[in-house]
Amino acid sequence: MKKLVSAPYLAWMAVFVVVPLLMVAYFAFFEDGHFTLDYVSNVSQYTNIFIRSIWLAAIATAICLIIAYPVAMILSEMDTSYQGTLLMIVMLPMWMNFLLRTYAWMTILGNNGVLNQFFGLFGLGPFKMLNTQGAVVLGMVYNYLPFMLLPIYNVMVKIDKSVLEAAQDLGCNRARVISKVILPLSMPGVMSGITMVFVPAISTFIISRMLGGGGNLLIGDLIEMQFLGNSYNPNLGAAISLVLMVIVLLIMTLMNQFDVDDDKPLI
Amino acid sequence: MKKTSTLSKLYLLLVMLFLYVPIFVLIVFSFNTTKSHSHMTGFTFDWYVKLIHNQLILSSLLNTIIVAVTSAVGATILGTAAAVGINSMKKIPKAITLNVNNIPIVNPEIVTGVSMMLLFVFFAARMNFEFGFGTLIIAHITFNVPYVILNIMPKFRQMNPNIYEAAQDLGCSPVQAFFKVVLPEIMPGILSGLMMSLTFSLDDFVISYFTNGSKAQTLPITIYSMTRRKISPEINALSTIIFLIVIVILVSKNIYERRNAAKKGGKLQ
Amino acid sequence: MKKNIISLKNICVSFDGERVLDNINLDIRDKEFVTFLGPSGCGKTTTLRIIGGFLTPDSGIVEFEGKDIKAVPPHKRNVNTVFQRYALFPHLNVYDNIAFGLKVKKLPENEINRKVREMLELVNLTGFEKRSVNRLSGGQQQRVAIARALVNEPKILLLDEPLGALDLKLRKEMQIELKRIQQSLEITFIYVTHDQEEALTMSDTVVVMNGGSIQQIGSPVDIYNEPKNAFVADFIGESNILDGLMVRDRLVTISGKNFECVDGGFGENKPVDVVIRPEDITIIPQDDEHISGVVKSVTFKGVHYEMLIEAYDHDWLVHSTKSATLNDTVGLSFGPDDIHIMNKMEE
Repeated sequence: MKKLVSAPYLAWMAVFVVVPLLMVAYFAFFEDGHFTLDYVSNVSQYTNIFIRSIWLAAIATAICLIIAYPVAMILSEMDTSYQGTLLMIVMLPMWMNFLLRTYAWMTILGNNGVLNQFFGLFGLGPFKMLNTQGAVVLGMVYNYLPFMLLPIYNVMVKIDKSVLEAAQDLGCNRARVISKVILPLSMPGVMSGITMVFVPAISTFIISRMLGGGGNLLIGDLIEMQFLGNSYNPNLGAAISLVLMVIVLLIMTLMNQFDVDDDKPLI
Repeated sequence: MKKTSTLSKLYLLLVMLFLYVPIFVLIVFSFNTTKSHSHMTGFTFDWYVKLIHNQLILSSLLNTIIVAVTSAVGATILGTAAAVGINSMKKIPKAITLNVNNIPIVNPEIVTGVSMMLLFVFFAARMNFEFGFGTLIIAHITFNVPYVILNIMPKFRQMNPNIYEAAQDLGCSPVQAFFKVVLPEIMPGILSGLMMSLTFSLDDFVISYFTNGSKAQTLPITIYSMTRRKISPEINALSTIIFLIVIVILVSKNIYERRNAAKKGGKLQ
Repeated sequence: MKKNIISLKNICVSFDGERVLDNINLDIRDKEFVTFLGPSGCGKTTTLRIIGGFLTPDSGIVEFEGKDIKAVPPHKRNVNTVFQRYALFPHLNVYDNIAFGLKVKKLPENEINRKVREMLELVNLTGFEKRSVNRLSGGQQQRVAIARALVNEPKILLLDEPLGALDLKLRKEMQIELKRIQQSLEITFIYVTHDQEEALTMSDTVVVMNGGSIQQIGSPVDIYNEPKNAFVADFIGESNILDGLMVRDRLVTISGKNFECVDGGFGENKPVDVVIRPEDITIIPQDDEHISGVVKSVTFKGVHYEMLIEAYDHDWLVHSTKSATLNDTVGLSFGPDDIHIMNKMEE
């Protein structure tokens, strides 16, 4: 009886999750019912775009980690009554629509934007900031920073404070407490943070389009163009999607190697 | 708990500035008399007036709400029933189901969107329907239902498994026992699943982008097309309103939770 | 002779191919306090769940007052359960928890009210009606769980290790209270525990279980004084369990010496288990007649001293009010009726 109630869900997931993914695989390997490797091998034409995507996503992930780690540590060591409020303040911008947040940077980085006006006061610039790779990375960092912060923070607040005191008791100074105790214990959070920033960063097409101009295409743009853009080609789009999934799967497997905590926070 | 050092405070302040300055710039220029985003030429509410008379924005706002509410409720019902079933599954089917459940969560959004688009295109041609509310709601339920399940499953783990039997022991049929005893226990998980679904649905752009039709544009899609055309302070006005709504919701939620926590803490003593 | 209220006949249960209950046959008489006693995994809780209706046996018959109830679901059985961790409904207060079963049966409000108040009085919780169950102590939660079950006026109350989570002092109090409640309500209690002392103090009948089968059924006195096998002897109280050889009826060889005993019927030259309780042994000066050994340890236990005597093939546990001197060689004396002979257990 009880098993029957999950039947609609199982059917739903089969039809709307599993079948669509099988269709992606089908479109990648079949054209008009004939098996072909053309599309998958054609993906190699776009190696430079793949490399650029991985590279920019990796830089953005690294910057997120560098910024978020100290924030998580400072927050987790604060008085608990402030922690909740401060965490809410840090997370609040994330609740703004993603497009609006990215749009904000469009207006700031533009040639007539606030930042160039500011530089102008000192007689500098205007600098070309919008439509550069730097702007794309900045957009990624700004949008995905909370995804890095939250898992690290969640792991850190759970670290037993007496463990830190024990380390001090055993002769560790502040730096050694961090390197010998906090860092290893927070690794599960870091790993899930890396996954949660890297995956959306490598597959985005909004940030690159809004902040990167036309010249900084990423994998996401490439896929979008095959389905909704001018170069309509679902077979090629499916092939690229398949390769993207493989990359993501590899990254996740790699990160899971380090992640032993099965109760990891989702968001 | 030791005191937060000045250096730490300074660092937090810098990060906060990075997070908030863009939003404040948006807000400030929503009151600008010209379309400039660098010079304040004067103060006006014109863009807000224009915004509330913008039919496209109003209709897409309505669409967004329809899609979000329908899909969140749908996902919650589907997911709650599913969680009950998954909870009583044997180990291996359970593991397989939870892995499939994770696919929409870990898969890049664009791949989820594209794969569903392929499915809908395939059936639209054969079954003669068009992209629109139907496809949009199906897509939203699909990416929401995994989160509903992930919110409910821990509640089953925290629940004393005997209370279901206790209710039957006291005369409830299995169905009665579920509604009288199990449902109240997992209700917090169901509610947070519902809220999460609503939030994700209201905010979703990527998957909607691939599965919506011209008839059912949601607000994020309208915003996207506005940013593609020209920078317009109407977007700034919209951002300001959304930001205010977000603040009101989050702050009141925070206060409510604190008051609850304080009540509970007080009772324990 | 009281009539049987529950009869289990040839009950077998397996989980994932593993035999959990192996051919259980058991009659439980009306208005008795019956305890299932055994180590964890012995099948006692499984047996209780079969009576409660939460588990259908693979084979065998469950009779309630002579009628087969195997197909009757839990909510239609005139049996209520006090669960191991109480299983109180966290979203309901004390009153609503107790009233739960009556409300399901749609009794009139004033009758529910009266019955709940009676129950609160019975378990000494008057005044706690509106209290959330999450804010009760373990002992109070325990009482609510008992009241919640008893208010339905069951013929049988099943209790699954109900005192396991309480501290020692509270446990002793609750033992007395449970016995009082059982006697005043005159209903059958079936109690599951792994605590032999609890079983001995409260029960009319003890059912000792191990490895999915019943080892012995009897009154506490019988079980303690006449354990049927080495497992029962070991599980109930502390024992010296020795390998012996039954030479003939009423003569047994232990540690190479012959002793008279009161048991018979085992055959001649048959290996047996011999059980001698530590408190039945007296320490005497060493002689040739008795088994002798070296005193290895002496521990003061309050009422008595606990001593370990190392003989050449066995370490003897001895309880005595007089202490022996460490490292002395002493003799061990016991009478014929202190020697309990039992068949070797099949492994």
